[in-house]
Amino acid sequence: MSDPRHNSSELPSKPPIWNDPKYRALFFQIILVAALFYFFYSLVSNTLGNMEARGISTGFAFLSEKSGFDILMSLIPYSSDSTYGSTFVVGLLNTLLVGFLGIILATLLGFTMGIARLSKNWVIAKIATFYIEIFRNIPLLIQLFFWYIAVLGVLPSARDSHSLFDRFFLNVRGAYLPAPVAEDGMIFTGVAFVIGLIATFFASKWAKNKQIKTGQRPPLLLIALGLLIVAPLLVFFISGSPLSWDVPKLAGFNFAGGIEIIPELFALLLGLSIYTGAFIAEIVRSGILAVDHGQTEAALSVGLTPAQNLKLVVIPQALRVIIPPLTSQYLNLVKNSSLALAIAYPDIVAVFMGTTLNQTGQAVEITAMTMGVYLVISLSISLFMNWYNAKMSLVER
Amino acid sequence: MRKSLFLGLATAAIFSTTAQAGTLEDVKKAGFVKCGVSTSLAGFSAADDKGNWKGLDVDVCRGVAAAVLGDATKVKFSPLTAKERFTALQSGEIDILSRNTTWTLTRDASLGLNFAGVNYYDGQGFMVSKKLGIDSTLKLDGAAICIQAGTTTELNLSDYFKANNMKYKAITFDTNDQTIEGFKSGRCDVLTTDQSGLYSLRLKLEDPNSAVVLPEIISKEPLGPVVRQGDDVWFNIVKWTLNAMINAEEMGVTSKNVDEMKKSKDPAIGRLMGGQGEKLKLDDNWSFNIIKQVGNYGESFEANVGAGSPLKIERGVNALWNKGGIMYAPPIR
Repeated sequence: MSDPRHNSSELPSKPPIWNDPKYRALFFQIILVAALFYFFYSLVSNTLGNMEARGISTGFAFLSEKSGFDILMSLIPYSSDSTYGSTFVVGLLNTLLVGFLGIILATLLGFTMGIARLSKNWVIAKIATFYIEIFRNIPLLIQLFFWYIAVLGVLPSARDSHSLFDRFFLNVRGAYLPAPVAEDGMIFTGVAFVIGLIATFFASKWAKNKQIKTGQRPPLLLIALGLLIVAPLLVFFISGSPLSWDVPKLAGFNFAGGIEIIPELFALLLGLSIYTGAFIAEIVRSGILAVDHGQTEAALSVGLTPAQNLKLVVIPQALRVIIPPLTSQYLNLVKNSSLALAIAYPDIVAVFMGTTLNQTGQAVEITAMTMGVYLVISLSISLFMNWYNAKMSLVER
Repeated sequence: MRKSLFLGLATAAIFSTTAQAGTLEDVKKAGFVKCGVSTSLAGFSAADDKGNWKGLDVDVCRGVAAAVLGDATKVKFSPLTAKERFTALQSGEIDILSRNTTWTLTRDASLGLNFAGVNYYDGQGFMVSKKLGIDSTLKLDGAAICIQAGTTTELNLSDYFKANNMKYKAITFDTNDQTIEGFKSGRCDVLTTDQSGLYSLRLKLEDPNSAVVLPEIISKEPLGPVVRQGDDVWFNIVKWTLNAMINAEEMGVTSKNVDEMKKSKDPAIGRLMGGQGEKLKLDDNWSFNIIKQVGNYGESFEANVGAGSPLKIERGVNALWNKGGIMYAPPIR
């Protein structure tokens, strides 16, 4: 049976190339890419051309010039003899420090408050509600000024510092703590701690195996306590307590020695973690409420305690809902840390995009570098959280 | 604000192919001069309770508006922090930067800017609380010092303390107002900026007498108006506006007597009053308008920072060259 209509020679001939959707799509994509390339090419070449015409220096040579100014806080050795390049590193590290500590504090606060808001205890639930509603709804900049000027700014002067046991001091210039100074022999305690760490790792494996085999759970917490704290402490005392404390002392204008925590860092951390913590609390609450109540009923009916229920049943399931919006909050926290400038904390925006930019005048290079830094930090956080999210997601068997 | 500046710079850099020339035409077309001033520094540039800008730096812009447009009120002021100022000028957001800006080699040579003269000779000083009982900067070892970001002050401070083998902590704020807040709260022992600025900031303390300005001056800070490099017509106008004000003081021409002086037989005064406009691409009345509407340099000084103001700064080095100072303008001829 040959139907002439099915004969290949009778098929409609191929459409002309400009009517073929495949080629059309390709054509427009090539045009788009070319236009984009041209756009960025002219962006860069025009910028460079115009800056040269106006006599504005360009290029990155300024990074190796001497900076000539001082920075309040630096995690690496820095002086006014260092280069503009090192002002970049100083600012970057200060931003990372506040971002890292801020994320940890905001997470702790957010999880505590989120769970507290669901508490059956009326007082606890209301405290959490108040916290969330107040701090979520006031602009962060105002909160920073509040902590910096109204709370830390009214502390007494250095000479009338609040002190605790004459070891810890708090004044308008910051908090001062004794700094531990390791002497000869401290190494043994360190070694004991590392051995304890390794032993704890194997102990937890052993405990898990034993629980699977016998159903009995060994007192792992006690074992870990002994290995990580008691044993190193014993070594510490046997080796003759080789540790002294550098206690801050009032000298001239202010305290010298010890560890100094500047109020700018303190205010920024308070502001960022309390503000972001309020958002995280709501995310945690929504995550927990998203877990079906039947799960809790089932857990309680098989004899788990409410604490075990929370830890083993509810939170693991809630995390799947929590992690994606939590990532956004972490990104917000890091980006919001650029408000540091308003309260004199030397982060990358204040130091590098502030003073360095002004002293060198190289706005385009410095702004691009700073934007690059935030992009890299944000993408790293995203990558890590995506990895964690994948790890926590439902494993289907 | 800051972000908009960078955006402004980027877009200006990208899309303006006409580059720089033609500020004069642009100003005439717009009908006003765009002038960058400080966020608030009494005596130099600060808005009064009615929102009118007043000050020594403000008068330079008013003078330029009088010369170019014949009306000293045709100025649009943009308050800028120290950090924002150069970008604002480079990107064309303002036509003149008149914001107590120190003339240095780096700024003149690598920022694409030109300094059009000096309208105030200043130097960096220190202010401390009276109760500390300090009478010399050499006793400031270990002090915490409040300072404004993006200024020459930051660099001088570092040099001075290093040269004298002293240590300090720099607490760097974004604006002048924040530095004085830091000083008030006791976060820092010392406030440093140009000495004129110290007198101005001291007025913001609840009790201005609770703080003293130390006698030492640790740097040269010649302050003056700045314009974009490459537009010589505009550069000349700003330069000679300032020079006309200084020359007018030297010749005794004031806003009060300028009408009579116009009839003067003295050829030098005659040249000041007219006849040179064409060379600057302006009307012949340019300098008359400046003096009539803004006044000469001495009048501006007295009214804004001198005896007629709360600052009560002495003329000192800012007196005319023939009166014991160094204020000297090339002749108009």
